[in-house]
Amino acid sequence: MISLQGITKRFGNQVVFSDIDLTLSKGEIIVIIGPSGTGKSTLLRCINFLEKPDSGRLKIGNLSVDTQRATRSDILALRRRTAFVFQNYGLFANKTALENISEGMIVVDKLPKAQAYARAREILERIGLADKADAYPASLSGGQQQRVGIGRAMAANADVILFDEPTSSLDPQWVEEVLSLMKQLALEHQTMIVVTHEMQFAREVADRVVFMDQGGIVEQAPPEELFTVPKDERTRHFLRKILAPTGQTVP
Amino acid sequence: MLNLEYMWELLPVLLRYLPLTIQMATIAMFFALILACLLAVVRVSQVPFLNGFALLFISFFRGTPLLVQLFLFYYGLPQLISALISMTGVTAAVLGLTLHFSAYMAESIRAAIVGIDRSQTEAALSIGMTQSQLMRRIILPQATRVATPTLMNYFIDMIKATSLAFTLGVTELMGATQKEAAGSFLYLEAFLLVALIYWVVVEVLSWGQRRLEIYLNRAYQR
Repeated sequence: MISLQGITKRFGNQVVFSDIDLTLSKGEIIVIIGPSGTGKSTLLRCINFLEKPDSGRLKIGNLSVDTQRATRSDILALRRRTAFVFQNYGLFANKTALENISEGMIVVDKLPKAQAYARAREILERIGLADKADAYPASLSGGQQQRVGIGRAMAANADVILFDEPTSSLDPQWVEEVLSLMKQLALEHQTMIVVTHEMQFAREVADRVVFMDQGGIVEQAPPEELFTVPKDERTRHFLRKILAPTGQTVP
Repeated sequence: MLNLEYMWELLPVLLRYLPLTIQMATIAMFFALILACLLAVVRVSQVPFLNGFALLFISFFRGTPLLVQLFLFYYGLPQLISALISMTGVTAAVLGLTLHFSAYMAESIRAAIVGIDRSQTEAALSIGMTQSQLMRRIILPQATRVATPTLMNYFIDMIKATSLAFTLGVTELMGATQKEAAGSFLYLEAFLLVALIYWVVVEVLSWGQRRLEIYLNRAYQR
């Protein structure tokens, strides 16, 4: 129900990745791993046009967009069907936690204010921040801010939530609460694509792990397979380097 | 010695002209703010053609003295456009103040907009907001907070600059003082008094500015 077909992105003359194909079905959870600078985040940002892909086709549900000919309304439609969780949260500093979550419902979905606030309160309850409804981002911890970021994505009622290294800028003490919220979403069969370096999370939660290197998808497999019997030497090399220091089993 | 009795008697006379001064400054500030926001948004979004116009506009109105601009509008332009002959001194002054100060204010609003971190822009776009929703709901409210101290400075400057309107024959606070002083020959008393009036007005505004800043900072308390 979501597919990327031949997505290519260049910055100037430099090809970030070319001809990427990726398909996921409703409720599927995909984790993308790989060395830094291989275009994982850029790929994610291409899905909602925060970066404009140079070519390829994006399909979400019954929406199909040729990225070379995407109109403004195509882009808005894509963004309404996707939600994004940022590494640096990207919370609106002038709005409370409640308003951060309700903003899209009011402005984009045109819900009446009362209804949007009611839904936002439900979401705050689910992300465990009901008591922080009126707090501004500046007064929240990193973990709380990121949970609000995830809450804002939940409010979008999107077909897929895209997570761009959601725990990478958090102090270690806040990582767990964010990951456990993501696990909770996974249990509810929220479709998501997660770019992360949290291998334990990938093992536990992913339906499929995608390994990217040098601008391409090297291999993809369910985590029990990819983490134990990776087919490609590059995957093995990467996993050895990243897993060995953490004491996890190395392929 | 100062003739205090004269100053005391002059005070209510001059205060009658204070409303006009405040009115000119407030109206000019209102339009200057709108114009400055438009100029700033055009500059930030690099709107083709308009951006060039904005640059030229800002360059001219920052690059020439306010007094020259006022004379140009009031005495010069009507020679070219006869419809402007009926323009009053007050209108010309408000127009001049608006254009002149909007050029300065555009630059501080632009700086404030650029200073808002990029991630909020991306976040707003990612949930499907349009550029104009992003500007109105996320960027401009925050830019307002950042720009407020400087904008208040310009407003204060503008109140004092209304005194130039007397050169266009407008009897505002300064014009009235000038007339009174010419009648009584008590220049020191008259100009000292008018200086005090301006000073008090500005002080009241500064107090308001502090309150406003506290209000605007409420979202940023840790």
